[in-house]
Amino acid sequence: MNKKTLFELLQQQGITRRGFLKYCTALTSLMALPPAMIPTVAKALESARRPSVIWLSFQECTGCTESLTRSHSPTVEGLIFDYISLDYHHTLQAASGAAAEHAREQAMKDNYGKYLVVVDGSIPLADPGYSTIAGISNLDMLNETVAGAAAVIAVGTCSAYGGLPHAAPNPTGAVSVSSLIKDKPVINVPGCPPIPTVITGVLAHYLTFGSIPELDELGRPKVFYGQSIHDRCYRRPFYDKGLFAETFDDEGAKKGWCLYRLGCKGPMTYNACATLKWNQQTSWPVESGHGCLGCSEPNFWDAGSFYQALSIPDGDYARAAGYAAAAGVAVGAAAGFVHQKTKSTAVAQHSEISVDDFSLNKD
Amino acid sequence: MELFSNANDFLLWVRGDAFNIALSIFVIGVIIRVLEIVLLGRKKEYSEPRGSEWGPGLKNIVSRSVADSGTFKRAPFVIVVGYIWHICFFIVLLLFVPHIELIHAMLGIKWPGLASQFIDASTVVAIAAMLGMLWHRLTHPVLKFLSTYEDYLVWLVTFLPLLTGYIAFHRMIAPYPLALGLHILSVELLMIVFPFTKLMHAITLFIARWYTGATMGRKGIES
Repeated sequence: MNKKTLFELLQQQGITRRGFLKYCTALTSLMALPPAMIPTVAKALESARRPSVIWLSFQECTGCTESLTRSHSPTVEGLIFDYISLDYHHTLQAASGAAAEHAREQAMKDNYGKYLVVVDGSIPLADPGYSTIAGISNLDMLNETVAGAAAVIAVGTCSAYGGLPHAAPNPTGAVSVSSLIKDKPVINVPGCPPIPTVITGVLAHYLTFGSIPELDELGRPKVFYGQSIHDRCYRRPFYDKGLFAETFDDEGAKKGWCLYRLGCKGPMTYNACATLKWNQQTSWPVESGHGCLGCSEPNFWDAGSFYQALSIPDGDYARAAGYAAAAGVAVGAAAGFVHQKTKSTAVAQHSEISVDDFSLNKD
Repeated sequence: MELFSNANDFLLWVRGDAFNIALSIFVIGVIIRVLEIVLLGRKKEYSEPRGSEWGPGLKNIVSRSVADSGTFKRAPFVIVVGYIWHICFFIVLLLFVPHIELIHAMLGIKWPGLASQFIDASTVVAIAAMLGMLWHRLTHPVLKFLSTYEDYLVWLVTFLPLLTGYIAFHRMIAPYPLALGLHILSVELLMIVFPFTKLMHAITLFIARWYTGATMGRKGIES
């Protein structure tokens, strides 16, 4: 851990106390804490020491790192992120090869039991050779690094749920971090990529309380993933009124109507895009006219077309119905034939009787 | 859940394989039932027809929708509540936009939908009507005596899609994929049960009414 506190480091960067407190206020509300907690958050962050963070990138596209590092010009959130002690991140660090690996080992040794491990990307189990770093398989590096970690943060949908590499037919046997790590707290911060503020928020929560935030059943912090896109969407009134865009350039689209019919997955997606937005609160996918893809949900890549409404079945139902109709006609015709035969047999066996047949005097 | 690792997997299965299974059973079952009826045929009618068959047959399909006064006097509750239920049910089924999307994807036809508060109100009325029907069935001595397990099964599989749809729409079960998955699953259950129970009336009523009307027409009786 770095000897200077976070506040001292921020002061060095020219952040005023006023700016710092404003950030703490925003953070407190972001974490859904009562305003009375602001001083607590400020005090905790003031005295927090830089935690050592080891960032492991496995089967990923670097989009999550891009999201965090290129998000916007320095903000307090950005500086908070800068002033964690990012001791290993093979995309961002200057060192390479043995020196880079040495940095990781050193950080693990110096901060054993206290450092945070951030993982982006999934782990291939089919063949370790699909993804290696310095000749070490992803699985080995994960197990080795997590052994001395305080907690693991799975950043991005690939590390949280397997993501794109996990999509059918999953050639690399990609799995999520939480399916491998059972003895350490794992916080899933999914999204493709996740919102930068959510990552810094999760880190800030850890710095403030020294514990991991409350998680939902998919391991996501409830403060950021507690509500669906649909429930917080500014286009929701149009859904309720039954006003929908039917193409991306019709009148409805121009008037900002609901994108459900264009395949928006907002109703089933839990994320903070609708409230936190992207690029310094400039906009977010639905605001820019495209439906939500559901990128913070498990298997979003395999959940059918991005452009098909959520209520539409996603299997090959036309084929199933075709085969079923053929089978139905065949069985129905056979049944009809059997019934016809039963009927004609009954007609053939029908014998006429008269009232005499019931005569009591009959022998 | 052991079977599914999470609610999304459940929803995927319900929208994928489970739907295909339910749809296949529905299609096979309905076709078999209809073919069985049609292929059985009727005895050839040798008498001189006194009128046409098609016109009265088609007319009868519509005219039988109005209960005659005798039937109405005997069972006003069943007829009034039955009407209310069917109207509300068809509003919900055919005018809720996500349902229209489903029909459009499967059959290629579409029409405008209603705002959700109308759908919501219709759902509540339909649910209330079904509860009223069940209460009536359980308290009316003759109806109760005549009811078999099939009547209660049919009631249940019809009631569940309304209830789960209401729950899913109001997001009363979290996470939403579980709520939506349960709704779709309940509809799949309805689709599987449909061909083999009294629910088939939704299709056979046309055959039965047409046949009655056509027979009457042939005999020159106004139906």
